[in-house]
Amino acid sequence: MSASGSTPGRVWPLLRRDGRARIGLAVVVALVLAAVLAPLVARQDPTAIDLAGALRAPSGEHWLGTDVQGRDVWSRLVHGARVSLAVGVLSQAISLVLGVALGLVAGYYGRRVDDLVMRLADVTLAFPTLLLLIAMAAAFEPSLTTVFVTIGVVGWAGMARLVRGQVLVVRHMEYVQAERALGAGDARILVRHVLPNVIAPVVIAATLGVAGAIMAEAALSFLGLGVQPPTPSWGAMIADGRDLAQLRRAPWTSLFPGLAIGAAVLGFNLVGDALRDALDPRAVRRGETPTEAGTPPAGRR
Amino acid sequence: MNEPTSARRSALGAPVAPLLSVRDLKKHYPITKGLFGKTVGHVRAVDGVSFDVAAGETLGLVGESGCGKTTTGRAILRLIEPTSGAVRFDGVDLLAQSPKQLRALRRHLQIVFQDPFSSLNPRMTVGATIREGLTIHRLAEGAQAEQRVRALLDEVGLRPEYASRYPHEFSGGQRQRIGIARALAVEPKLIVCDEPVSALDVSVQAQVVNLLQDLQRQRGLAYLFIAHDLSVVEHMASRVAVMYLGRIVELAPSEALYREPLMPYTQALLSAIPVPSPGGARRRIVLQGDVPSPANPPSGCVFHPRCHHPAKDAACARLVPPLEEKAPGHWAACIKQAPTTVDWAQQQAAGGTNPPSRYLPVLTGTP
Repeated sequence: MSASGSTPGRVWPLLRRDGRARIGLAVVVALVLAAVLAPLVARQDPTAIDLAGALRAPSGEHWLGTDVQGRDVWSRLVHGARVSLAVGVLSQAISLVLGVALGLVAGYYGRRVDDLVMRLADVTLAFPTLLLLIAMAAAFEPSLTTVFVTIGVVGWAGMARLVRGQVLVVRHMEYVQAERALGAGDARILVRHVLPNVIAPVVIAATLGVAGAIMAEAALSFLGLGVQPPTPSWGAMIADGRDLAQLRRAPWTSLFPGLAIGAAVLGFNLVGDALRDALDPRAVRRGETPTEAGTPPAGRR
Repeated sequence: MNEPTSARRSALGAPVAPLLSVRDLKKHYPITKGLFGKTVGHVRAVDGVSFDVAAGETLGLVGESGCGKTTTGRAILRLIEPTSGAVRFDGVDLLAQSPKQLRALRRHLQIVFQDPFSSLNPRMTVGATIREGLTIHRLAEGAQAEQRVRALLDEVGLRPEYASRYPHEFSGGQRQRIGIARALAVEPKLIVCDEPVSALDVSVQAQVVNLLQDLQRQRGLAYLFIAHDLSVVEHMASRVAVMYLGRIVELAPSEALYREPLMPYTQALLSAIPVPSPGGARRRIVLQGDVPSPANPPSGCVFHPRCHHPAKDAACARLVPPLEEKAPGHWAACIKQAPTTVDWAQQQAAGGTNPPSRYLPVLTGTP
């Protein structure tokens, strides 16, 4: 009965038929399971150092081998999923809240508010993202929180622009005018009528944004500015194994975290692309609802 | 302009005390230029419109696209803030209300839109859309609201079960009925109908027009019925106002306007209505040129460059014609249409060479 309640209902069957979506969802679900069940799946303590057993090749005991300090790569990979996923989801949550709120306000009220918010967004977007991330990580104590807050705060601008553009279209729709004529306040109009009609592209952008955030976190950790050791992180794991001699002897130390990043990014991108197609109203109509043909019986008059 | 505000016969001929009274309403949009948005001119979308609507009455507002009729309707509801003027509704000055006071008053004035496809929120069920007004004004809630929604759907000729469906499941005519039900939910006294049937098939148009008339009879509603189609208005309205370039050029009881149009512009509009009988062809008056830009309207009478009145002369380009009562209840803005308060001496002073004369074109085939 709720306003947006119908959307998942219409989108789900479309997603299930889409091959890309199935692959993407499988990857994302696997990632989430790994992160949630990490202690069960890991088999070994990801921080347990065993210098005698360093750089062992993959075997029955160490599925993906061991790193230079003798830590189990599989266990670190699984625990690293927690970091990647946490950064991806939390940073996008921050971007989403900031971007949607500011974008709604800018697009709906226009004029000075719009100018202010959009110039702020321009300034944010004018910074090279990675440099800004490095500067922030250097300025504050590098930690998981710093990483996702930074990525999230930097990401608001793109989201706000997207939302504003949609709001500019929707706010002139006659159903918004009708709601004003009924005597609704701005808050009611924004939440019940504008937001549900601008949310689809936002969901897509946030999904794709998770992939971007995972990449950004890996890059920061690779540079040593992300999550600090001994907490396992995919970017830091690649960095640990990047010594050329070691890379020749024990490629598994960098290869598997690299593959994990690639798979995670690909998974979220596939889901995002499939969502984009499924949320397109024309696609919905083509596939799902026979609009003119059958459903509405004629009025009684 | 003399505007008697007595209760029995108000300024522009409404027979009883007006429910809605609009005076000298203006909406000018600034034209800005350059980096700092310097104002270089104004688009005079609505330029001094006055009329009354009595309770239970239908006033038709007709004119070509871009003449300002939609802007007028929305400015009255303050969906667009008017530049100046006065709007009194039921004795209350709408333009003086604070946003909060205005929101409370809004339940008495509603609007039905032209486009049945953008006038309903696609993510809301029909029932939720109709219930919005009930919730906002705390008229009903819970099972009682549910009951009201079903009754409203029934009243506009739709099945009560449709409440749980989404707008995309309906045809244009059905959507228009839903829009009407949404407006009715808050029990308004006046509904601004902004070309409510223009987007519909002709057969469906008649159904919706009949529905609006039935509702008017049952509920005593007043309509401001905006349209570009004179034949639809003839069927609906008791009085008709004709707009051209942001101004009302003629306002008369429907019957009088169609029988004896006094403005050359109205005559041309009426002559464009197709006549159903093969023998009864009427003389077609084809207007010359295009509608001038409201950013740069012609001087004097805004219609004079396209006018075919035989007495048209230089005075028409100099003197702004007042909206005058040429016959009882029949108002028109033309200094060449006798009787006029702009006397011959003034016209001569402005370069006039032809004295005012009653001019009625031969319209054969009209009832």
